[in-house]
Amino acid sequence: MRFMMIVKPPAYTGTPDPKEMAAMGRYNDELRNAGVLLDLNGLESTDKGAKIKFNGSKRTVIDGPFTEAKEVIGGYWLIEVRSKEEALEWAKRIPFGTEVHPGHEVEVELRQVFDIEQLKRLKQSVQ
Amino acid sequence: MSDAERTIAAIFRIELPKLVAGLSRMLRDVGRAEELAQDAMVVALERWPSEGVPDNPGAWLMTTAKRRAIDHLRHGKLAERKHEELGRAAEPEVMRDPDDDIGDDLLRLVFTACHPILSTEARVALTLRLIGGLTTAEIARAFLVPEPTIAQRIVRAKRTLSDAHVPFEVPAAAERAERLASVLEVIYLIFNEGYAATAGDDWMRPELCADAQRLARLLAGLAPNDPEVFGLLALVELQGSRLHARSDATGAPVLLLEQDRSLWDQLMIRRGLHALAHAEQLGGARGTYALQAAIAACHARAHTATETDWPKIAALYAALTQVAPSPIIELNRAVALGMALGPAAGLEVLDALADDPALADYHLLPSVRADLLAKLGRLDEARTELHRAADLATNRAERELLLARARRL
Repeated sequence: MRFMMIVKPPAYTGTPDPKEMAAMGRYNDELRNAGVLLDLNGLESTDKGAKIKFNGSKRTVIDGPFTEAKEVIGGYWLIEVRSKEEALEWAKRIPFGTEVHPGHEVEVELRQVFDIEQLKRLKQSVQ
Repeated sequence: MSDAERTIAAIFRIELPKLVAGLSRMLRDVGRAEELAQDAMVVALERWPSEGVPDNPGAWLMTTAKRRAIDHLRHGKLAERKHEELGRAAEPEVMRDPDDDIGDDLLRLVFTACHPILSTEARVALTLRLIGGLTTAEIARAFLVPEPTIAQRIVRAKRTLSDAHVPFEVPAAAERAERLASVLEVIYLIFNEGYAATAGDDWMRPELCADAQRLARLLAGLAPNDPEVFGLLALVELQGSRLHARSDATGAPVLLLEQDRSLWDQLMIRRGLHALAHAEQLGGARGTYALQAAIAACHARAHTATETDWPKIAALYAALTQVAPSPIIELNRAVALGMALGPAAGLEVLDALADDPALADYHLLPSVRADLLAKLGRLDEARTELHRAADLATNRAERELLLARARRL
């Protein structure tokens, strides 16, 4: 089963620290070497993005940066594991709070990826 | 299982390979290393539920197991002293921290678990246990055999390795290719058992495919310069990308050309194509796994079945026949030629295979023949072949598919 580990970092601090990047690299290697890492990406700060709001046929574009920093997503990992417990265990090993963003509170949201088998059954029932 | 037990089980799955690898280096005995790792886990199961899981559970387990390993070595040394055989050679190994070079140790463990001295069954069970971190119960469930059978298989495999004094090492260059082939064979076998189960009512067991993919990814990290490792990785990623399209919502099999391609996993395809490109960069384009992956890539690249590059697939099968001659590959080449040049060309290749004893019980030979005959309008012959195929199929879902095809003609 697949899980996404979604990072909500503390306020954007500009260029990442090389030491923190190295620690992150070691963690990524750990995931890769265990064979569980499928994909990962870091996201640019919100001033390079936008929000699009949908209301009926109306689309409203709000350019970044966004002020409510708390809910801003900084990046994600996509992992394939045997259980939710295993996903949690990998998530707990992210070096946040110690080597990366020390002294800051970081939140990681763990979400299971929708099972394609369920999607298939849904698709079938629509047809 | 309680929440705490499930958490601990997850930690064991992650830590077991590293534990056994590190301990095997100290003890030079994979069987004993697994036992000590197991002992450390028993201690953890006793303590963690009440004391809480330590901050670094991996280090805790390693320290606990190492302490026992040193006791074990001291004990062994006392016995050796009596025999006046105490050498100093083993000392530096004991002193080294088993956490160092864990990658090298893991690679040694992979080669040991897949040692050709072991039967294929034993290699599969040992690999899933020691490198995949699965429990014997999980392995038993995956292969639909009783748990004691798997436990026995693992015990015997460990004893065989120990009795033969199989060294805990990565084989030297001269031996490496052959030994690596044995490793890749084990991983592909695990994948295939998940992809087209040889027994039971379910046509596929996706978890087993995922386990094999995990092993292939792990191996690619350990052996980044072996092209065939990436050939295999590409193959299991690309074939795995079609997993969910291979059966319908009721579990009945769906043939490749009839699959809903929107269900193909684009992330796996991307990963597979990337691994294939890497294998080719390393000079491995003609490897058996890389060639099979290249064929899978032809399908992956086609947005619709009609866009499939059949001439290229037929050419890749021809190349595969040269490096690994097999009647099954010829059978597949017949299918590709049938698509590229028409059913008569495919039948011509099949006719040459008709008396091959290796295919005498293989249901896909009459199944493919039936398909080509039906396209030529020879429906009665096609129906007979489909019934023959159904009689030979070992899997229930597949048998039903064949009979349904016969009814539709």
